[in-house]
Amino acid sequence: MITADRKPFDEIYAMTEGHDRVLVAGCDTCVAICMTGGEKEAEILASEIAIKAKQEGRELTVEHTAAIRQCEWEYLDTIADTVGGFPLVLSMGCGIGIQAMAERFAPKLVMPAVNTNMLGLPQEHAVWLERCIACGDCVLGLTAGVCPVVRCAKSLMNGPCGGAHDDGLCEVVGKDGEPIECAWVLIWERLKAQDREELMFAYRPPKDWSSSSSGGPRKMVREDAMPV
Amino acid sequence: MSTITLKAGSNLEKVLTSGAFAVTAECGPPKNADGTVIQDKVEILRGSVDAVNVTDNQTAVVRACSLAAAYTAQVAGVEAVMQMTCRDRNRLAMQADILGASMLGIRNVLCLTGDHISFGNHPQARGVHDLDSMGLIRMYRDLRDERRFQCGEEMDGALPLYIGCAENPFAEPLEFRARRLEQKVLAGADFVQTQSIFNIPRFERWMEEVRALGLHREVKILAGVTPIKSAGMANHMRTSVPGMDVPTELVDRIAAREKGEPQRAEGTALAVETIRRLAEVEGVAGVHIMAIEWESAVPRIVEAAGLLPRPAFT
Repeated sequence: MITADRKPFDEIYAMTEGHDRVLVAGCDTCVAICMTGGEKEAEILASEIAIKAKQEGRELTVEHTAAIRQCEWEYLDTIADTVGGFPLVLSMGCGIGIQAMAERFAPKLVMPAVNTNMLGLPQEHAVWLERCIACGDCVLGLTAGVCPVVRCAKSLMNGPCGGAHDDGLCEVVGKDGEPIECAWVLIWERLKAQDREELMFAYRPPKDWSSSSSGGPRKMVREDAMPV
Repeated sequence: MSTITLKAGSNLEKVLTSGAFAVTAECGPPKNADGTVIQDKVEILRGSVDAVNVTDNQTAVVRACSLAAAYTAQVAGVEAVMQMTCRDRNRLAMQADILGASMLGIRNVLCLTGDHISFGNHPQARGVHDLDSMGLIRMYRDLRDERRFQCGEEMDGALPLYIGCAENPFAEPLEFRARRLEQKVLAGADFVQTQSIFNIPRFERWMEEVRALGLHREVKILAGVTPIKSAGMANHMRTSVPGMDVPTELVDRIAAREKGEPQRAEGTALAVETIRRLAEVEGVAGVHIMAIEWESAVPRIVEAAGLLPRPAFT
């Protein structure tokens, strides 16, 4: 799923400057599951903004709403009437949702209230770990289901570098200061368990990054699903 | 007498091919544009080594580029091994740089993944890692032997190049490390430099695995040696440098001497002993001395290890 962090409150509050009506729009899919931008979190943020404005003696109307998914046009229709009454919308959807809102309701001002960070998997309760960068050229079949592109700090395709520790940890420490598992130690151990360790020694040529995100926006077309 | 066709004709290749025990030393470029820093280091090392190994933004800290520094070293009179990391360049730049380096007479390259960006002085930078060291070795081999760019297009003319790689016998998974060298040999490595060796028994076990795979006949193995300057440095390497295996006894041995010159002398003596032991290991073709910002120690270590004079080829 897509995960996001709420932006710092002061940064969000600064976006409301010069406005007297603000709508906080949540999204009830991915960002709700990571407890960042669902309807409940939209309500909380709206309250925080209203309290701060009241403390400052500022006239500000703040309401909240949520779409089931901000990234689908049909669901945006369900909140269109509400959105129409506000000159400023603070979207708590992921980057896709925010863009969909900005496009659907253009030229209305839609501002991001979250930082979208990754395609992650829950590691434990309230902890997510990035598992995919949508490179467009999946190698998981060769790497026992562990992605070296995203889980190896150097995106190595042919085994571990010289920096794996004896406890199976990467030399690189995570952004939160917590250790990272060496992806290639994980791959090696799982390949052995699958009795497929020879795959470890197969040469994997340089990745074809042209299917990745370096050539402008990627596009997917399903001709078989197009209306006749 | 059989004729051996050299791949690059570099001094290092000639020394290793002749069967002589090779000696190389690290030579780090400065964090500025002052070429005399390289010239001064070369002045110290000349006559004691077969080539100097010029680092490429080592530990992810910006320095003068390895290409220009390698050229400066060669102009100053000692052959260079130019390091090339996958961290700072994509496949276009890595091919362009090797062609340019060859134009300037550089014949040896060391293909590395590169220390991670987060360890350096620009941790906000985006690491490139377009391809990994295995892909880099193969790309250069294909340029040299197939005269083809990575994309498959043909390249006119020759690219004389002696291709090196690095391997760490002390990193996890240990059971995989000799096979990893085999992968690099299959990719096209002509020589390999190992991580600094302090745990000799562990290195000997790795070499047993290397010999069992027959790799010592396929690739020239330069054993890495780092002279220890102080007990503090030894302890730092033991506890804080990833992929280093420094036994506590060695730290204790250095720490038993007084700080300053006595510790430096003990570190130098230890390096000499290490080289002598490594030279006895079947399949070790030479040593690579990584005297970090301590080039002045290299000549006396090489001399004390009985490795002078260096072979000369016409």
